[in-house]
Amino acid sequence: MKILTGNDLRTGAVTWWDGTNWSLHVDAAADVGEHGDEILAREEALRRVNVPYIIEAEASAEGVRPAHIKDRVRALGPTVRPDLTLKPKDPEAIDWVI
Amino acid sequence: MYQYDQYDQQMVDARVEEFRDQARRRLDGKLTEDQFKPLRLMNGLYLQLHAYMLRVAIPYGTLNSRQMIALGDIADKYDRGYGHFTTRQNLQYNWIKLEDAADILADLAKVEMHAIQTSGNCIRNISSDHFAGAAADELVDPRPYAELLRQWSSFHPEFTYLPRKFKIAVIAAEKDRAAMRLHDIGIQIVEKDGEIGARFYVGGGMGRTPMIAPMIRDFVPLDQLITYSEACLRVYNRYGRRDNKYKARIKILVHELGAEEYTRQVEQEFAHMLEQGVEPPREELERIKPFFADPAFEDGAKNVDRSDPDFALWVDRNTHRHKHDSYVSAVISLKPVGGIPGDATGTQIRIMAKLAEQYSFDELRIMHTQNVVLPHVKIADLHALWTALDAADLGAPNMDSIEDMIACPGLDYCALANARSIPLAQRISEKFDASGKTAKLGELKLKISGCINACGHHHAGHIGILGVDRKGVENYQLSLGGSEAEDTALAKITGPGFTEDGVIDAVEKVTDLYLDVREDGERFLDTYRRIGMAPFKEALYD
Repeated sequence: MKILTGNDLRTGAVTWWDGTNWSLHVDAAADVGEHGDEILAREEALRRVNVPYIIEAEASAEGVRPAHIKDRVRALGPTVRPDLTLKPKDPEAIDWVI
Repeated sequence: MYQYDQYDQQMVDARVEEFRDQARRRLDGKLTEDQFKPLRLMNGLYLQLHAYMLRVAIPYGTLNSRQMIALGDIADKYDRGYGHFTTRQNLQYNWIKLEDAADILADLAKVEMHAIQTSGNCIRNISSDHFAGAAADELVDPRPYAELLRQWSSFHPEFTYLPRKFKIAVIAAEKDRAAMRLHDIGIQIVEKDGEIGARFYVGGGMGRTPMIAPMIRDFVPLDQLITYSEACLRVYNRYGRRDNKYKARIKILVHELGAEEYTRQVEQEFAHMLEQGVEPPREELERIKPFFADPAFEDGAKNVDRSDPDFALWVDRNTHRHKHDSYVSAVISLKPVGGIPGDATGTQIRIMAKLAEQYSFDELRIMHTQNVVLPHVKIADLHALWTALDAADLGAPNMDSIEDMIACPGLDYCALANARSIPLAQRISEKFDASGKTAKLGELKLKISGCINACGHHHAGHIGILGVDRKGVENYQLSLGGSEAEDTALAKITGPGFTEDGVIDAVEKVTDLYLDVREDGERFLDTYRRIGMAPFKEALYD
């Protein structure tokens, strides 16, 4: 699947396009098919996202998993600071990144 | 240390307000990201993996308690309670919001700090010896010269849009503690026939094409220091490769022209500029010097009570000989076992500030090895200092050991990185601490970079590790034999790369070999130089 990601303009937080808005959670990411560029142009112009781009990801029963490790680090947070990730109470979440 | 005059303060305050307006216009949609990016980068504001990152300049790594407290307060108020000390003697905050950035710069300006020229193709923060002004082996304090260069290079209109970023280091001892020859310009303050002057090395650097700077002038009189620096920059600015980012650093120009031809052109430009009188008046240097005058040292104890073995170990490993025999420079390690190299919490930063106020004439230094120095500590105060540091998890006795590694932020934070570097640092530190080998290994400089840009100085590590992306999987190249000291050398790659587990085992194999074959008094680097790469390759790959 193809999904969209970028950073929030104000906070810099990593965000994912969920089909109607930008979410902090990669699991909410929507498959944009061939419409990625068109959505990116519109959303960037609306200043709802900063430097967005299209990535490949896999959808499975466990959720959406970006194909590249860099985007998985972005999705969760720094693997060396579990307390600052989106899943601070789940030490095994790091395994999902690696 | 140097204090801003009205011009310094006005320039920094004006820049804060200028950036406040730029950020507001970006948030209001009047500037696009393409328009805003160069403006934010000129103020040290990057966009990294998880958020905006702000890099704060710490000129030649020197700061006072008030400034350090401000850095700790910013970590707590605007970031997530910590900061990261870098290999350029700066501090980075990893979780900055754009809407807070101007307020942070305003807070920094109140304590004579800023983030100007910590990014972009300009002259960056000037680095120096972290023991400057304190070391027993230095000729003079190099910081007045670094400060003069800072003033010259700040907002220099001719050098705001160089072909690529530009880094200068200044030292004044034969022992190089600033990786001087791995800078675009390395300046060593030297004495010749009773006169103090500057020796220039130009065209060094790490990154994807590491090079050791050749010496192009063995002596420049101090009243021509800025003129000669400007001549070096002018030739680069004129002929540096603007067409190719990867060939745009001055090291490529010097390499392609040849040091001799580059020097000829610099000398020609220098002769021309001498006629134009661009050198600041000598009075300016004389005005700067008293800011770096020695504090009022007092005679006192020359030795410590070594009855506490933990304290004695810390003294042996983490103190450095001072020019006054009743003092030492104390290194505060930011490398606790299993910790993140260079990270300190807001609370720890304030504790270090308070200890500097109490025990080190209100002064601190940031090391390019991502530690902090209290430069002037009375030997009589060392036990009290160590006790306070240990209570704050700042008392690791590991300076220059394998546990005192440099590691860049890597893929955990950096948008450029290909692989994570911090987890390697943590695991190696834990492994060697648990095995008890750290002490046996003695001085061993391990440096880890998460990509070819080499912020973790892997080219200069006795053991270097470079993280690469192999089809989306982290892979690590091992290299041996580098040095960023006065015996500067570039490390050589051992062979095929390793997995994360594999490279940790590889580090153990090469250190075990060293322990087996070393001769009396040999460091790892000495043994490598004596026996060469072949035995290490055999241990790794056969």
